[in-house]
Amino acid sequence: MARIPRITRILRYAALGLGAIAALLPFYYMLIGALQKKRDTSLGGLLPKPGNLTLDNLAGIDDSFSLLGALANSLIMTVGVVVCTLVFGLLAGYALAILRFRGRGLVFALVLLVQAIPFQLLMIPLYVMVVRYFGLADSYAGMILPFAINSVAVLIFRQYFLQIPREIFDAARMDGASELRILRSVAVPLVRPAILTAMLVTFIGPWNEFLWPFLVTKDQGMQPLAVSLANYSQANSTFQANPMGAVLAGACVLAVPAVVLFLLFQRHFTSANLGSAIKG
Amino acid sequence: MTSLRDSRDGTKPAGDPPRGRHPRPSTHQHAPPAAAPEGRSPGRRPGASRLERRLGNSPLGLVLTAPYTAYVLVVFIIPFGVGVWMAFHDYFFTAPGVSVPHPFVGFDNFTEVLGEERTRRAFANLGLFMAINIPLTVVLALTLASALNAATHWRGFFRVAYYVPYVTASVATLAVWLFLFNGSGAVNNVLGPWAPDPSWLANKHLVMPLIAVYVTWKQLGFYILLYLAALQNVPKELHEAAVTDGAGRWQAFRAVTLPAVRPVTSLVILLSIITAGQIFTEPFLLTGGGPSGASLTPALLVYQRGIEQGEPDAAAAIGLILVTGVLIIATVARRVMERD
Repeated sequence: MARIPRITRILRYAALGLGAIAALLPFYYMLIGALQKKRDTSLGGLLPKPGNLTLDNLAGIDDSFSLLGALANSLIMTVGVVVCTLVFGLLAGYALAILRFRGRGLVFALVLLVQAIPFQLLMIPLYVMVVRYFGLADSYAGMILPFAINSVAVLIFRQYFLQIPREIFDAARMDGASELRILRSVAVPLVRPAILTAMLVTFIGPWNEFLWPFLVTKDQGMQPLAVSLANYSQANSTFQANPMGAVLAGACVLAVPAVVLFLLFQRHFTSANLGSAIKG
Repeated sequence: MTSLRDSRDGTKPAGDPPRGRHPRPSTHQHAPPAAAPEGRSPGRRPGASRLERRLGNSPLGLVLTAPYTAYVLVVFIIPFGVGVWMAFHDYFFTAPGVSVPHPFVGFDNFTEVLGEERTRRAFANLGLFMAINIPLTVVLALTLASALNAATHWRGFFRVAYYVPYVTASVATLAVWLFLFNGSGAVNNVLGPWAPDPSWLANKHLVMPLIAVYVTWKQLGFYILLYLAALQNVPKELHEAAVTDGAGRWQAFRAVTLPAVRPVTSLVILLSIITAGQIFTEPFLLTGGGPSGASLTPALLVYQRGIEQGEPDAAAAIGLILVTGVLIIATVARRVMERD
């Protein structure tokens, strides 16, 4: 590789560097904008000035809606989705990989099919069903329902269960273990890495989701942070000292959990299992 | 057991291997020890079990998958059917519990929405969005992935940096873009006298391209990862052989790398088309569809017609047109990409 001209290498790193700056600069702007006492959009404003730094913006946004309440709603919705996905997804993934039963091919086809159905077409009927017929407006159940079992997680579980040697299950059955006992004591402990991956993949979607919780929550006390923040940034909040700072402070609070989780566990985020799991 | 059978009525016998049908004497519904892997089932005992023949030799699988099947039915299959039904009927909201007729109206909802200027505008905007977003995504993702594949230092940092926008909530990143590109925002401040007038978000020629660039920025990290995985499988020798034979770097790239990553390019284009059809949050938060419909998208229009204006039938028709259009474009793109 020594024959590669120097100029090629320089160009290569210049392109990579430019890309990284383009990707990260908005996040830096988010952070610095959230800390500014007075809005400063000049180039110099990008540098932190000790006199213009404050944490008041966080308090400012908390005056308009309960930041902790919104965070709690986001967390309840997300944890609800993760728990449903883990419980029912593990059961489905195990059955699809290990058990032979009538309709197995059909269920597996469903797992693949649902990823191809676009949400635009489902949005209105789902809204009518959940809000009008099920009466789940302004409820956690209504927010969780459309995301309850992440199909990508089901696929991940199935894949991991398939990799377990059959002999292990045979041995457990010989010893007289029931199928449920095998699932709980043999299979689930063997697929721990899959559980972590599935949790990460599942967490980010509902945490970032805006459209659906926006549709089904009118009560401010029930809205997750993404919805509260969007509503707040839409309303004219002229009474704030630095309305932009307040919105960016809220954006930081919304962004930090997902970004930190990603940074901590980035090895688990591979292209293979993220497919259609993350949106919003 | 009856409840089990009820819930599975009408399912096909798919996935039921012939070996699974060997009769057993027991009629117990719980997974029998005979639920052993294919080919060495110890449960080949005489005596017929109709139940087992009907349900496969581990009917427990039906119980375990029942919650998932119910979820898919309630959240995907039924709303999909209701959506198609709505599009062909006169459907409107009524007070709860009131039953009114919803007559079949054929294609009336479709001719109604297609006759409106706003609908045609939204689809034209979507076309403009795709024309900018898709080529930009493919070129940038492939360029950065190639550079990253050849780089020896800081690979982990670049990978993470490109990926961060992808895992961040749209609502958070859009707040930044709003303040970067509004009238007195940082971008105009830097541009000074060269700032566009009217400003970015109020300019009907610039607002849709800006949204297309935003979505490219947001999704790029995921596509770079897809390309990177494919590039790592291209043998280096192939590339070096081409260079030895006198091909320039660009020629070698075109002759070796491009064909090798073609399946990924096809996938990236397909996913970009699907993403484009769902663009809602961006125009909703940045502009509300304005100025005068310049950033209206079909998905935003579905929301406005269905929820804000209370015409779910018209909204369902727009949704169906959108999905059909996206499917057609995706099919054409695939044909073009996969022909020799």
